[in-house]
Amino acid sequence: MSLSESDIHRLAYLARIEIDDGAIEAVRDKLQGILGMIDELKAVDTTGVVPMAHAQDVAAPLREDRVTEPDEHAAFQSVAPAVERGLYLVPKVIE
Amino acid sequence: MTALGGTVVELAADLRARRVSSVELTRQALDAIEALDPTLNAFISIEPEHALAAARHADSLLAKGEGGPLTGIPIAHKDILMTAGMRTTCASRMLGEFVAPYDAHVVGALRRAGTVLVGKTNMDEFAMGSSSESSHFGPVCNPWDATRVPGGSSGGSAAAVAARIVAAATGTDTGGSIRQPASLTGITGLKPTYGLCSRYGLVAFASSLDHPGPFAQTAEDCGLLLNVMAGHDPRDATSIDRPREDYTLRLREPRGAKPLSGVRIGLPKEYFGAGSDPEVMASIHRALDQLRSLGATVVDVSLPNVKLAVPVYYVIAPAEASSNLARFDGVRYGHRAANYRDLNDMYCRTRAEGFGDEVKRRILVGTYVLSHGYYDAYYLKAQQVRRLIAEDFARAWRDCGVIAGPTSPTTAFPIGEKSDDPVQMYLNDIFTVAANLTGGPALSIPCGVDGAGLPVGLQLQGDHFSESRLLDIAHRYQQATEWHRRMPPVCAKSTTSSERPREAVR
Repeated sequence: MSLSESDIHRLAYLARIEIDDGAIEAVRDKLQGILGMIDELKAVDTTGVVPMAHAQDVAAPLREDRVTEPDEHAAFQSVAPAVERGLYLVPKVIE
Repeated sequence: MTALGGTVVELAADLRARRVSSVELTRQALDAIEALDPTLNAFISIEPEHALAAARHADSLLAKGEGGPLTGIPIAHKDILMTAGMRTTCASRMLGEFVAPYDAHVVGALRRAGTVLVGKTNMDEFAMGSSSESSHFGPVCNPWDATRVPGGSSGGSAAAVAARIVAAATGTDTGGSIRQPASLTGITGLKPTYGLCSRYGLVAFASSLDHPGPFAQTAEDCGLLLNVMAGHDPRDATSIDRPREDYTLRLREPRGAKPLSGVRIGLPKEYFGAGSDPEVMASIHRALDQLRSLGATVVDVSLPNVKLAVPVYYVIAPAEASSNLARFDGVRYGHRAANYRDLNDMYCRTRAEGFGDEVKRRILVGTYVLSHGYYDAYYLKAQQVRRLIAEDFARAWRDCGVIAGPTSPTTAFPIGEKSDDPVQMYLNDIFTVAANLTGGPALSIPCGVDGAGLPVGLQLQGDHFSESRLLDIAHRYQQATEWHRRMPPVCAKSTTSSERPREAVR
């Protein structure tokens, strides 16, 4: 699968990682190398094979719907870059 | 007074007999960090005052005859495990100043067992690597040769144990990140069965592949650590709920001259083909001869799809990483860019600044394989091949109780040698990733050296929940050999005389 520069721009947007124009080609080149390696999988016959997402065959464990944890809002928010009145501050979203 | 360099078992005996105190051991560890870490760069954070306070508390328990097998033992934790009140950086600029609000489950369990946390160890950024070169805080150096890598991603923990700064440390293993550094630094490292040790507080890289586990000089020591680290934790939805085991019980059975009678060791022909360093393979074959002399039978097995384990891993792990690392957006914790136009720009610049190149690469690969139009061809396909690999192992367990082979195709390589070519670096994982894909336990023990004196590791893998058997085989091998006792030239030495002679071999 051949990657183009516009593919890299698209991926960078989806991943929300800014990539400088000057760096795009180097990123594209390294990613192409990795895709070349994982493309080996295409040749494998997996007809009828059930995908394995997980090492265990268990379902998500359930518990009673009771409040058991203390309110640690202040402690957890103490590491935030910007807060006001218990809310995380972020820049405006420009529509 | 004991020379630093004792095993956990030996140090615990000295502590109980009051031949040494936990404060003395902790001071020795802190002194060793000061003396050796400028060379090794194995540590990111140390907190001497908290460590000594914990050591004093341990000593007060020991003075009353209380405490358990790990009380008073200095330990280091990989910096991907949350340690309450202490910086937890994952070796990334993204979390460079982040102070963890809570302990990881395994950290808390080891604290309650009386271990003394001396510091957080250096690693590949967000556990993505096989050399510990991608850390924001600089590469870790191998105590056997400081121009070489210690392996990764848990290279700092491995170097700290290899250099005898601490007798035990924790690591995490997503594609081999405990076993491969253990192999390259000449120590013992165990990846337990998936779900045996809780991932609560382990900063997630790939949630279906991450495993916390122990490093130590011996299998017996790893068993003692596993006894504390394992166990059901309701805070981790993937934590297995099963009866607790003492992983050291079997090791104490007296067995005579052929302790491995009845053990069938499978050798996958796919692990013994061309491509590995001949000196590595020579040590592996000598180790297998040793295991035969201890009574084991060696049989050929085949894992036809295991050659696909690396591409499968490098689809699944980046995919899960792209999801797990989406939380690092500058909003609630961690790095936030100083300049941005709007919210989206803040995300994009924060993540561009906060992540190193390998982390970004893996996020982009993961984004690609999960994106519209490619999901079926890559991610779903990889999950299907994962099932084929798991089925190969399930078939192999009908013919043998343990699978053996090299942990790594090479010994420690020079810093910088592979860091320009991601695929070359990924091939270091060729023997280790399968156990992460299947979830089965696996460990690495030192079994020899190459012509330059660099350690070689033997990997033993077992079926789910066979840790006891694996540790037993490793233990019996270690009782009959001396490879695990070799210490590197860059090594912590006590300033007082030792009751146990130790060789620093080169």
